[in-house]
Amino acid sequence: MAIEARNVTKRFGEFVAVDDVSIFVESGSLTALLGPSGSGKSTLLRVIAGLEVADAGDVFISGKEATALAPQKRGVGFVFQHYAPFTHMTVWDNVAFGLSIRRRPKNEIRARVAELLELVQLTGLGGRYPAQLSGGQRQRMALARALAPEPEVLLLDEPFGALDARVRKELREWLLRLHDEMHVTTIFVTHDQEEALELADSIVVMNEGRVEQVAPPRQLYDEPANAFVMSFVGPVNRIGNTWVRPHDVELRLEPNGSTHEAQVERIVRLGFETRVDLVRDDGQQLHAQLTRDEVEVLELARGDIVYVRTKRAKSFA
Amino acid sequence: MTVSRRTRYGIRVFSLGYLALILVAPVGLIFWRSFDHGWHPFWAAVSNHDAVHALKLTVEVTAIVVPLNTAFGILCALAIVRHRIPGMGLVNAIVDLPMALSPVVVGLSLYLLYARDGWFGSWLLGHGVRILFALPAILLATAFVSLPFVVREVVPVLREIGIEQEEAAATLGSSAFTTFRRVTLPAIRWAVAYGVVLTTARSLGEFGAVSIVSGGIAGRTQTLTQYVQASYENFSLTGAYAASVELAMLAIATLLVMTMLKPRRGGHIGNRGA
Repeated sequence: MAIEARNVTKRFGEFVAVDDVSIFVESGSLTALLGPSGSGKSTLLRVIAGLEVADAGDVFISGKEATALAPQKRGVGFVFQHYAPFTHMTVWDNVAFGLSIRRRPKNEIRARVAELLELVQLTGLGGRYPAQLSGGQRQRMALARALAPEPEVLLLDEPFGALDARVRKELREWLLRLHDEMHVTTIFVTHDQEEALELADSIVVMNEGRVEQVAPPRQLYDEPANAFVMSFVGPVNRIGNTWVRPHDVELRLEPNGSTHEAQVERIVRLGFETRVDLVRDDGQQLHAQLTRDEVEVLELARGDIVYVRTKRAKSFA
Repeated sequence: MTVSRRTRYGIRVFSLGYLALILVAPVGLIFWRSFDHGWHPFWAAVSNHDAVHALKLTVEVTAIVVPLNTAFGILCALAIVRHRIPGMGLVNAIVDLPMALSPVVVGLSLYLLYARDGWFGSWLLGHGVRILFALPAILLATAFVSLPFVVREVVPVLREIGIEQEEAAATLGSSAFTTFRRVTLPAIRWAVAYGVVLTTARSLGEFGAVSIVSGGIAGRTQTLTQYVQASYENFSLTGAYAASVELAMLAIATLLVMTMLKPRRGGHIGNRGA
């Protein structure tokens, strides 16, 4: 059930939210639309769902032209950032909605809803109202509701954006397992590069309404197409026209010809990882990312003089 | 905010005193006067032919106008909030007109439209359709003055619930009508109910506009409010009081129905019930 957007443009007044974007999402994949806020990623998702009408361009779902189809006819499951629960219905009725409007037999609906509630670990909460659920439970209910009519495509708009860090991590793992089991073609929108790198098998990086790069996570991280992708996907140091990742900044106690002298400004311990803020003798500021063990071997302290070398520095035209 | 005991009692005494003076005393007086000499005079007053007819006419007019204005109000609110139709801002403003306009002006304008030499009146009378001094004029006048209530109640609630639930329903395959019936309407039902109560109350009590266009013919085009006035002018005070009591009872019944319909469940339905 592949999804394709071809030369899609969407304006809101003068503002061009999506600017001549073409993407192809393979059947059964888990794809992330990654970008800062205002990059057009949510708008593109809504165009695919039919919730926004593109000013130009076409949308294909499973090879069929869907550009002029109403959202009802697209066979798409959509999960909203704020879940959009039907507030006056119970959890059970929320999940059953997509089936009951199709007038499926009662016992079939009952079986399917029970199965879905079990899948999203909400068994026993069917009688509650959405307001009586936690954020994570509401999110899972929204997912179950979207999955109930067995959509060919699942679209998630910032699905974990409004949740606290721990619940978000749980839900990520859970979504990954779910996708492995169901193989529904899934696109999710996020501004969190870590989330995209962890979940997606393909990432579309968007900025100012355009696509900057489409690549699998590892390639995106190792071979960013331009400075924007480099700086958006993971932390980065900028040295003139070159860019280097903090874990590619090497610290030594002795100079070796290719090193620069630098002074340690600050040491921040983040559990296993340690961030060292440095100022080079030419005034350039650098962040280095080391393991705790490395820092202990170097016996680093604030004000120390060290010698730094950068590896895998990248420059973009 | 902490308020001293004296201030708190002050606020209570003032608000209850005001309520008593403005609301309870006049209405109470009506009830007291009606039953001053027991049930018999009251019963005699309300069961005479003209009084019964006036009551029937008022109930009939209300029963026709309220569903019409409710349907219009919901559609109008949806159009104002959900669709970006050019000119909807103007409609939004015009809907409030009956609130600002004196009913007498409404009555007069209807009179000018439907009189023998009016814009519509000459044509309609030529085709044998009589509007003025008959049921249609009473309906038009009542519909006009009670137009804004459902719209005014529903618009803010529609804005507040937003469009997301409706979008969610659409992606689940729900048609526009099913979405309205199963998602939108339940979400706005208390606003609609409150609007209906206000519309009903306004329709029952309408006097100014109707008194100009209905003719007020006893036993034929006289509504209950007009009956009160006519009785009063004929020094039939018992009749006036009795009909007033009927009007008050109808209003109280409307409020009671509303209160009984109100949800027993906690207030997480996005409503603003009274």
